[in-house]
Amino acid sequence: MTPELQIVLIAVVTAVAAALPGTYLVLRRTALVSDAISHAILPGIVVAFLLTHDLNSPILLVAAAATGVLTVFLIEALFRSRLVPEDASIGLVFPALFSIGVILISRYAGDVHLDTDSVLLGELALAPFDQMVIGGVEMGPRALWTMGVILVLNLVMIALAWKELKLATVDPGLAALLGFSPVAIHYSLMAMVSITAVGAFDAVGSILVVALMIAPPATAYLLVDRFAPMLWVGAAVAAACAILGFAIAYALDVSIAGSMAAMCGVLFTAALLLAPRRGLVAQARRRNSQRLDLGVRMLLVHLLHHQETEAEIEECRVPSLHRHLQWAESRTRQVVREAEQRDLVSRVGDLLNATAEGKRLAEVAIVGEPTG
Amino acid sequence: MDLFGDYTLRLVALGSAVLGATSGALGSFAYLRRQSLLGDAVSHAALPGIVLAFMLTGSKVPLVLMLGAGLAGWIGTLAVQLVVRRSRVPYDSALGIVLAVFFGIGLVLLTHLQKQSNAAQAGLESFLFGQAASLLRRDVVTMAVLGTAALVILVLLWKEFKLLSFDPDFAASVGLPVRRLDGLLTLLLVVAIVIGLQTVGVVLMSAMIVAPAAAARQWSQRLAPMVVIAAAVGIFSGVAGSLFSSLIPRLPTGPTIVLVLSAIVVVSLFLAPHRGLLWRSLRRGALRAAPDLDPVLMHLYALSHQHPDDPEHGHSVAVIRTMSPPETNVDAALERLADRGLAQRTAGGSWAPTPIGRREARRIHDREAGEGP
Repeated sequence: MTPELQIVLIAVVTAVAAALPGTYLVLRRTALVSDAISHAILPGIVVAFLLTHDLNSPILLVAAAATGVLTVFLIEALFRSRLVPEDASIGLVFPALFSIGVILISRYAGDVHLDTDSVLLGELALAPFDQMVIGGVEMGPRALWTMGVILVLNLVMIALAWKELKLATVDPGLAALLGFSPVAIHYSLMAMVSITAVGAFDAVGSILVVALMIAPPATAYLLVDRFAPMLWVGAAVAAACAILGFAIAYALDVSIAGSMAAMCGVLFTAALLLAPRRGLVAQARRRNSQRLDLGVRMLLVHLLHHQETEAEIEECRVPSLHRHLQWAESRTRQVVREAEQRDLVSRVGDLLNATAEGKRLAEVAIVGEPTG
Repeated sequence: MDLFGDYTLRLVALGSAVLGATSGALGSFAYLRRQSLLGDAVSHAALPGIVLAFMLTGSKVPLVLMLGAGLAGWIGTLAVQLVVRRSRVPYDSALGIVLAVFFGIGLVLLTHLQKQSNAAQAGLESFLFGQAASLLRRDVVTMAVLGTAALVILVLLWKEFKLLSFDPDFAASVGLPVRRLDGLLTLLLVVAIVIGLQTVGVVLMSAMIVAPAAAARQWSQRLAPMVVIAAAVGIFSGVAGSLFSSLIPRLPTGPTIVLVLSAIVVVSLFLAPHRGLLWRSLRRGALRAAPDLDPVLMHLYALSHQHPDDPEHGHSVAVIRTMSPPETNVDAALERLADRGLAQRTAGGSWAPTPIGRREARRIHDREAGEGP
């Protein structure tokens, strides 16, 4: 495998592993917990490193995951004390823990590769140099193994607790009523988020963890309506962010993590604009067609009102129509064209006449659908 | 040691004080308006603005960089609003996306700049974690001018902002331009954040918005004192943090300021009068130490009426607990009643009033009925 391919593989596995728990976070409106956890695990990593002096020790993973769960616990304790609102609890806990981590690094671990830049940016480009060696044989990059195991763990967890997690996410009240412990479910999910954040943190840095956990599931949320598809679409979007992000970083020789995060933004924006029913374009088009439809009905009512009266010649002539309806000329032209296309009016010279179907529609507009 | 005689220290302390005052005061409003985490998004979103401003102008004049940062941060808040208003993506997800995506773009630009090995860009990374020691005179002057302007606007529009924060519907009904005021207050928050980026850094700036306000909120129930206390807390932590970090080697400024702030928040949470945790547990302890026996006895008495033929019929502790307010220590009260011979334990761990207890209960009942109208 070329180093490039290894990097892309690590990135894709990381992205999918992050997007899976991220789906639950987005739906549970606790998305920013990923931000808190991915920053707050730093002191756990540093303390474990200072104790073991081995950056590859699995104790680092365990310590960091424990710190992640501790972070969630602290946030909840603060919030439950009713002294601080929930959003502020998040904003108080993680900067404090992150600060401890940064200070520990700069005071005691300044000369190892555990420096503050790599914390934020990750070192995906270096990942292929850190190979997993078993019995003298290179088994592929260590990060790929770590993230692969975490991805499998997440999948197993989701498969085993599918019903519980789903119900607690879409209808927490019903879940509690049916006897699923909300606390147990919440903390299992948070453990999943912590472990994923820890694994991803080493490879891609804390900011990309946030990007991958929130943006792809949110993109999927714009595209699909059901829970299971949202999970898979989110994972697919995350993988696409990873691949496209790497391609751009490679072409421009810039930060891989940064470019992947930016790509998350591009795909989210695309969905925001172009999603089939919820996109801004679809919204605008729907509003437009409703406006046009309303215009056609008003035109038909106007015609019906004046047809076969003395004022017909004046009121129903196309060139003067906009004055009587008090519309702009461009809108009048648009509405007349639409009505003609739908065979609701016929034009004789300049004079407009509602067709039989047009008259029926106008009557419906005035008195409502005939009943019976 | 004459700390403030040192020119650099004086400069750093002054800059941190300006930053603390502005972010404390404006952070109070963000805190009350449940926008605590908007600060996090804005400060991260500012990064690409800083780098772009430098790329376009090639200058590191503070006003230019702050303008870029402010513009990017402002665009970030607009993006959050657009997403929340026009799609079903929730507010917190929108914040997270803007935060991470803008920051990612900033990193792309920054690494692009670094690859060009342009020596002039050195120092831009200090915006990540902040470096108070790198503050120059012109930085502090710019910070002071912008900060003062923001605070002056805050004071001039005090009544409007107050109304907007506590009752936006009422504010709209008396004809205030709510949308524009909301935009202006958010803009002032952006200014407060931009001022602090060089000292505290992009990553930790949000703490400067949340923490002083959270501490101040514990000490005051009213807006004006809260804002003043928050500003004071901000100034104190800013100055103390930058002093520590200039005196002790390898102690980065931003994290140090944040730790000082966090310590103040913890102290406030425990010690603040009335609200504080210590105060609360003292009060709860007092309740526990002297449980009011009369209500529990009356409950026992009322229950015994359900069995007129068997006045010694027992009732479980759980029943009495559901009848009592949650803070009552029912077990302790029952034990004390038993000590005084007013209640007795029956078979199966249940409780019933003794004959003396029933007489005492009747007496209490008559006395309370006599006091009635």
